[in-house]
Amino acid sequence: MTENEDLELFSPGHRACAGCGEGTAVRQILKIAGPNTVATICTGCLEVVSTGYPETAWEIPLIHAAFENSASVASGVEVALKELGKKEGVNVLAFGGDGGTFDIGFQALSGMMERGHDVTYVCLDNEAYMNTGIQRCSSTPYGASTTTSPSGKYSIGESRQKKPIAAICAAHGIPYTATASISHINDLKKKVKKAIEVDGPAFLHVFAPCPTGWRHGSDDTIEIARLAVETGVFVLWEAIDGDICDLNVTVKPKKRKPVEEYLKRQRRFGHLKEDEIAKIQAEVDKKCDKYGLPERG
Amino acid sequence: MSVKITIGAINKKHGSSKEYKTGGWRTMCPEVDLEKCISCYKCYDYCPDAAIKKTEDGIEIDLDYCKGCGICGNECPVKAIIMVKEEK
Ligand SMILES: Cc1ncc(C[n+]2csc(CCOP(=O)(O)OP(=O)(O)O)c2C)c(N)n1
Ligand code: SF4
Ligand code: SF4
Ligand SMILES: [Mg+2]
Repeated sequence: MTENEDLELFSPGHRACAGCGEGTAVRQILKIAGPNTVATICTGCLEVVSTGYPETAWEIPLIHAAFENSASVASGVEVALKELGKKEGVNVLAFGGDGGTFDIGFQALSGMMERGHDVTYVCLDNEAYMNTGIQRCSSTPYGASTTTSPSGKYSIGESRQKKPIAAICAAHGIPYTATASISHINDLKKKVKKAIEVDGPAFLHVFAPCPTGWRHGSDDTIEIARLAVETGVFVLWEAIDGDICDLNVTVKPKKRKPVEEYLKRQRRFGHLKEDEIAKIQAEVDKKCDKYGLPERG
Repeated sequence: MSVKITIGAINKKHGSSKEYKTGGWRTMCPEVDLEKCISCYKCYDYCPDAAIKKTEDGIEIDLDYCKGCGICGNECPVKAIIMVKEEK
């Protein structure tokens, strides 16, 4: 797609667990962003596994921010580059985990979008605070067992629905918002390209399974990400200028698979009984109706 | 190990994670059958560790860094990669 695609800007030797979805995501995103990119990262697995001083996996300029302010630091980088007359041809990316985006970094992110900085914000979503030991987050889906929403005799695990972060970001009226998955690499790459090309803020919500926290085999990461799309659990869409009433669903499975196929592959959902699975299926059906996805096969 | 910290902890050794070989983590090892490989590069695309290189007749796996996750074997459409127990 671009001349940089064979460059590896996220080097091996990083300490992510075997089969970590974040590795695939960052590698592919940087292939599109290219070497003329400045990135910020906040605390979380991505930072811990890639920047163990005095080593770094990054082949581009990188600033490590605090947990809550990847978006603020990226805003500052963008303004500084503009003031210095050096912004032309340079991309600014801000990375955050779901904890760093949905919860603790949301205020900084909302400010970045509202002020209109020319930054692409990438949320790597593994649906919990993984780096500190699998704590639930507002990104954790209903029914998932985490260390702070454990399943048991009186608990089905996480009891609330996942926060619709991409729709909330789009509602800021930003030029480009999209959801993407590491299973659908061409779709992901196209969206990264669009996000970078727009003038102003873009938000990318990237689904990136975590074998350690979701408790699935390290070889199953991509397949599980794919099943999330094929069941309609995670819908791939994009919205221009925040128009969520007219969003474009970019990947439409011909027939939706039952959510059970997705859930049963991960031990974080292993405790769910038939009636709970039916409840989750009903929620997914409702959501897919809204997005105009096909009936369940 | 003693580490000299620069002012601002600025690290100019881009890509220096390569100094650490994650290949030692492996319990399972990928075995490639290039006769079967159709050069689709799905394994290359999905590898979280940039451990797969494209070559003229398919791919090559860099065992210095491959952690043995098995994603390549799972995603290969023609089963050209199988995972075998790592020999220590
Ligand atoms: C202000 C602050 N609170 C808490 C922490 C501890 N902490 C570090 S990483 C992390 C979890 C990160 O979760 P997420 O953003 O989802 O990224 P992941 O590790 O899952 O990729 C937490 C709670 C911190 N570093 N700073
Ligand atoms: S805990 Fe999960 S997100 Fe963190 S490095 Fe391991 S697989 Fe990746
Ligand atoms: S996925 Fe299989 S067929 Fe495709 S390049 Fe890799 S080894 Fe070859
Ligand atoms: Mg997380």
